[in-house]
Amino acid sequence: MMRTVTVVGASLAGLHAARGLRDQGYDGRLVIVGEERHRPYDRPPLSKEFLTATGEPDGGLGKLALTDPEDEAELDAEWLLGVRADRLDPASGAVGLADGRTLRTDGVVIATGAAPRTLRATALPGVHTLRTLDDARRLRAELRAAAARVVVIGAGFIGAEVASSCAALGLDVTVVEAAPLPLVPQLGERMAQACASLHAAHGVSLLCGTGVATLRGTDRVTGVELADGRVLPADVVVVGVGVRPVTGWLEGSGLALDDGVLCDEGCATALPGVVAVGDVARLARPGTGGTVRAEHWTSAAEQGAVAARNLLAGATVEPFGALPYFWSDQYGARIQFAGRREPGDTVRIAEGDSDKDAAGGFLAVYERDAIPTAVLAVNRPKPFTRLRRELARGPRLAVR
Amino acid sequence: MIPVGRIEDLPEGESLRIEAGDGHAAIAVFHSEGAFYAIDDTCSHQDASLSEGWLEGCYVECPLHAALFDLRSGMPTCLPARKPVRTHAVTVVDGMLYVHPLVPAVQEEAVA
Repeated sequence: MMRTVTVVGASLAGLHAARGLRDQGYDGRLVIVGEERHRPYDRPPLSKEFLTATGEPDGGLGKLALTDPEDEAELDAEWLLGVRADRLDPASGAVGLADGRTLRTDGVVIATGAAPRTLRATALPGVHTLRTLDDARRLRAELRAAAARVVVIGAGFIGAEVASSCAALGLDVTVVEAAPLPLVPQLGERMAQACASLHAAHGVSLLCGTGVATLRGTDRVTGVELADGRVLPADVVVVGVGVRPVTGWLEGSGLALDDGVLCDEGCATALPGVVAVGDVARLARPGTGGTVRAEHWTSAAEQGAVAARNLLAGATVEPFGALPYFWSDQYGARIQFAGRREPGDTVRIAEGDSDKDAAGGFLAVYERDAIPTAVLAVNRPKPFTRLRRELARGPRLAVR
Repeated sequence: MIPVGRIEDLPEGESLRIEAGDGHAAIAVFHSEGAFYAIDDTCSHQDASLSEGWLEGCYVECPLHAALFDLRSGMPTCLPARKPVRTHAVTVVDGMLYVHPLVPAVQEEAVA
């Protein structure tokens, strides 16, 4: 019998798990622990309109808020915000907090997300990562204060969105990417090339195939020295080189940790009463022998209900099988991707011309043995949605 | 009252976005299952154009996060949207389709 469930992590995944518990009739004590002092808020806008919007953001969450008073009343949770969980002891059913408190709990939802990877020696003023609202506020202020030249390290989706926002603010932007081409693992080479072309089409330099040797500057960053010896002057540097799941607090808990918390296909860990959701959760993929850890907004939102159900059932009664989906807004283009692309899948362009004019929009279908596996669209929301729905109910993808 | 066009220019299953003029948010107009509907074009959750959404019966699915909105009431039926979008009355006169911004749709369908 679950009398207390503690959700560790107060962002999208944790909130949806908490809602999932209440939606499924859990009426016991619900505690939500969050390292940030904020109530749950939406992160995707932080690299986009939050940076470019005119007017000063107020001190609150504003449009970013994921809950309102009515919603919070329905959740009926105890919020412990601004404090980090630093220990899980399954034997005694305890979650330890960094301020010394210990919470006794019957069930635990691990939703601690991920933290940005950093470069060595990035404590210099003027060097930013972007994950939280407070990160975004600091970056926003600096971009407006003194910045003229911005170097973005990493051309993944966050890096590309920040570069796009900086370009929209009229700043001189260079993006540095260590790989020969960004986003190849996600999109495959041809489509990665199409998306990378958006940078140049909007006046942003993309330098690929070169790592960063060091950051220049003593009191504040002044430039980025590349591995090939070039130096890029910079007033602001944004590091977007991926994230690491936040699992340090689970060392010694007995949970299997390997770039995330290892779970079965239903978000359940090997420890009874402990489930994991969102960026921190690495789920088994039945029938493949593999595992998958998604960093997608939709996965974080959708895993909550599944995890809640399995936690309350005391066993995995429902697998998480939603079709992977993510989107990115950059340079006025909306990029959407859905499906499970494998290396070697062929690409068929169904609309537009991705090679000559990616910014003009296109629709690409990934296929294996002539069967669609995934779909990528730039500014083609309607046909994208049709294909996404077909993929979601397709026989091949329904096999679990 | 804004003229949208001839009804034959908005076939069954189609949608379009119209500008509603100074200070008014854009409006999405739909033709689904024999009826016309108009709601605010921008999803109440995040910046996405509902006129580009997936139309099914009297619901439209937001193209970004798959929130469903009831075209008759503007109410979201599921997360992530939590707030309704506004509805706008639609009339058909002599085969011309008109939208009446800020006049809420009565919860009856405008019949083609």
